Amino acid sequence: MSTLVRDRAPVQTGLVSVRAPRKRLSRRTLLLAGAGVVWLVGFLFLHGTATLTLPASELTDLHRSLNQFNAWVASNRADNPVFQYVFTPLRAAVDAVANLFIGIFAASSTGLRLPEIGWLGTVALLSWIAFAVGNARVALLTAAVFVFFGLQGLFTEAAYTFALVLTAVLFTLALGIPLGVLAGVYGRVAKVITPVLDFMQTLPTFVYLAPLALIFLIGPASAVIATVIYAAPPVIRLTAHGIRCIPENTREASDSLGTTGWQRLVTLQLPLARRTIVMGINQSTMAALSMVTIAALIAAPGLGQVVIRALQSLDVGTAVNAGLSIVLLAIVLDRVTTAASRRAEPGANRKRRISRRMRYIVLAVSLLVVLAIVQLSRTMLWAAAFPKDLNIGPAIVSGVSSASEWLQTNLFIFTVSFREAVTNGILNPFQSLLTETPFYVLVAVIVVAAFALGGWKLAAVTASCLAVIIYLGLWSDAMVTLAGTLVATAVVMVLGVIFGVAMGRSNKMDQLMRPMLDAGQTMPAFVYLVPFLGLFGATRFTAIIAGIIYAAPVAIKITADGIAAISPTVMEAAVSSGSTPWQVITKVQLPMARQSLALAANQGLIYVLAMVVVGALVGAGGLGYDVVAGFVQSSLFGKGLAAGLAIVFLGILLDRMTQAAAANPVRKVPSAKSPAH
Amino acid sequence: MSKAGLLLKRTIPTLAGTVAAALLLAGCGGATVNQAAAAGASGTPCGTVNVALNAWVGYTANAAVYSYIAQNKLGCTVVQKDLSEQISWQGFGSGEVDVILENWGHEDLAKQYITDQKVAVDAGPTGNEGHIGWYVPPWMVQKYPDILDSKNLNKYASLLATSESGGKGQVLDGDPAFVTNDEALVKNLGLDYKVVFSGSEAALIQSFRSAEKNKTPLLGYFYEPQWFLSEVPLKKVSLPAYTPGCDADAEKVACDYPDYKLNKVMAKKFADSGSPAAKLLKAFSWTNADQNSVATDIQGGMKPDAAAKKWVDAHPDVVAAWLK
Repeated sequence: MSTLVRDRAPVQTGLVSVRAPRKRLSRRTLLLAGAGVVWLVGFLFLHGTATLTLPASELTDLHRSLNQFNAWVASNRADNPVFQYVFTPLRAAVDAVANLFIGIFAASSTGLRLPEIGWLGTVALLSWIAFAVGNARVALLTAAVFVFFGLQGLFTEAAYTFALVLTAVLFTLALGIPLGVLAGVYGRVAKVITPVLDFMQTLPTFVYLAPLALIFLIGPASAVIATVIYAAPPVIRLTAHGIRCIPENTREASDSLGTTGWQRLVTLQLPLARRTIVMGINQSTMAALSMVTIAALIAAPGLGQVVIRALQSLDVGTAVNAGLSIVLLAIVLDRVTTAASRRAEPGANRKRRISRRMRYIVLAVSLLVVLAIVQLSRTMLWAAAFPKDLNIGPAIVSGVSSASEWLQTNLFIFTVSFREAVTNGILNPFQSLLTETPFYVLVAVIVVAAFALGGWKLAAVTASCLAVIIYLGLWSDAMVTLAGTLVATAVVMVLGVIFGVAMGRSNKMDQLMRPMLDAGQTMPAFVYLVPFLGLFGATRFTAIIAGIIYAAPVAIKITADGIAAISPTVMEAAVSSGSTPWQVITKVQLPMARQSLALAANQGLIYVLAMVVVGALVGAGGLGYDVVAGFVQSSLFGKGLAAGLAIVFLGILLDRMTQAAAANPVRKVPSAKSPAH
Repeated sequence: MSKAGLLLKRTIPTLAGTVAAALLLAGCGGATVNQAAAAGASGTPCGTVNVALNAWVGYTANAAVYSYIAQNKLGCTVVQKDLSEQISWQGFGSGEVDVILENWGHEDLAKQYITDQKVAVDAGPTGNEGHIGWYVPPWMVQKYPDILDSKNLNKYASLLATSESGGKGQVLDGDPAFVTNDEALVKNLGLDYKVVFSGSEAALIQSFRSAEKNKTPLLGYFYEPQWFLSEVPLKKVSLPAYTPGCDADAEKVACDYPDYKLNKVMAKKFADSGSPAAKLLKAFSWTNADQNSVATDIQGGMKPDAAAKKWVDAHPDVVAAWLK
């Protein structure tokens, strides 16, 4: 999901660019080259010493003490005031809202477990809401997709998922918008909150799933709270961003009229930031939806359950059928919230075809029809439960199953030799370079590189991240994870450049690719793990492929946007001076989209890192495996927690280093006229 | 401001719609299908049983048969919850889970929840016997008959080497939740092997499936009873025989896994409630063959409930004995 919406202050480059470029470059290059030499020498001569390996079943004292958390919660649940006055009421509130929506859309608590407003009522009501906040097109889409859920034989599951996502989004907004406003108005709040948000987004969800289930018990409440933790950061960041970005002169004009802070917020800042806030809602909704399969691990009902169960019995067809529903739900939610944000745009009213009055009349009339339909589906069984004989689900399931069977049978030889070549040729040497170099050599190398890229400050941040990872006792596993992450990111960048350039240069290509990219981002990874297992086996390579599928879309999109944003006059000038398409790409477009490429690499890395845990389910090992093991084995709980933290610190380290590298390029290139992001 | 006004105007119809819908839900609900159902379904003697549904098909088979009988013969309402093993045990204390139907050892959890917190009790054996060990696909046994003795394993180390095992032979392990001594076994038996973690049961099964289909070498952790064995009859490699206590020190294990007597666990509250479903749980006991037949049906695409019905209809005596 596009959860890592960041709006950091632009990195200060002024200071560096004052110096003579040639001198600066040579010093940095020297430092980086020196670090490389130290690394190679350290690897060759101290090979295999001080590697800090820890076998999968062994623990450090830190891990053992973290294990106590479990017992502590169990013994304190009854009488600790934190539980009595905070956690238990919170759980009750979340549960109440979740059960309300589940009752309305999915299944009431009565014997037949039919939804209160029936499937027909649900379709009608949701389409009407889509029409009210968006337009007729998204309303039609909503109706079509929800009917299709029924045809897939998954209406109830989809309705459960929708109810839980709705609950999570409501709580996310109730928490996120006020926090975002605070962070937008007060810079100090933003400073405190930003690292917390980074933490919330990089900590693998598996890590806090088990503790949450322990504190909030199994059921919808824990699932919703886990989802809120994951989905809140985008709306907080974007709300704050929207409020902060209001033009200075508009603000001054308003201040000169003597408005108070509150008046300014309500009459100026919130209305002007409305579009950005709705974009935040969109991002948070997408993030919430991506938690569906993970939340199913703590018994959240819905489509996620179908996917997980299908994975357990290796039933690719069923998994794809349910995964398709998730993708479609994501498309509907995305289109509806996007349409809502267009409507929220200042001046959007003027472009309407029908008058506002006319629209209200249409809305009112259609509402009456909707209410009649709702009443109908409350009384007639055929409108309450989706007819079972209208079911194309089995056809989808068997079609996909035989396709995946065919692929696995016929491609196996190629895929295995490809896997062996990549693993033996690239991954294994690179991983042993990381895992078998003594840790002190590698720490020194990384810190020097950080210094070369970003000065003392970055070196200090990097050193402390590495120190934490060593303290957590998981150095070697972290290096295994780092190796896989870097290889995957390299591939992601290659794909990003190839497809990004193609999309940036051709509108047709863009339209062709977008839906596939959206599907790649929203299809739960659990769905495609099984066919990949068939093709590539339980190996690190399979995990890398899973990471690439998840991360490549974002890199491609960012690159395409960067290429498309280059001003047409520059392109025309290049073409008219006789450049071949290849020259235009390499000499004009790629250099000018440099900032986009850097951003794509940064986001690609973070996204790959987000898949580390899922990759561990198919043989990635490393930190991801420790996290999964901590989730399922109580004796490894502490180690799993430590591994989750190690992933966070690895993420911070990679993020800061790539940002610094992007801010000060090693090679001198023509400066980009248009800021890409 | 006009913009705020606009926002309001747009919200009003939405709000009005929601309110109207809510009124409709609350007010004119005289004869809805749901309420008719609620009137019909009340007054069962048994109440609700929360069954944890752990992640393997053998477990699903147990749960399906237990739930089917509790629902259809005792009139209980059964709620099945998909949960991992660890999380299921957490549910005993809070009343979220009443029943775990197939427990593999898990002495740490038993100590925490049965002995220390006293929120759960042992509900006796399921009758199933669990075997854990190292298995190879059938084609390997045909081609290399002596591979089934762990003493000969070093001979095949290079055959079983993969890109993941760093030049040594590979022992593929499954889900991190599995009970395993494999790292210690490799070390203490002096085997030229490396344990590679596949990360999930799905990955493990898929690996064995591909290995048999494509005739590629594979040695891995597996267990029975398991539905997959009826699809591909994996062969167990014999490790040095198990003797009581030979696995006491986890670092020094050099013997095969013990035979597990699988058991059921239930919440203390549920056990004390006197529910007929609790009595049924204690009586529930069947064989590996029984479980495999139901599991194979489920794996073949039958709904768990239908597979359970098929087995229950075919074994009236056993079911009658459970219900006595």
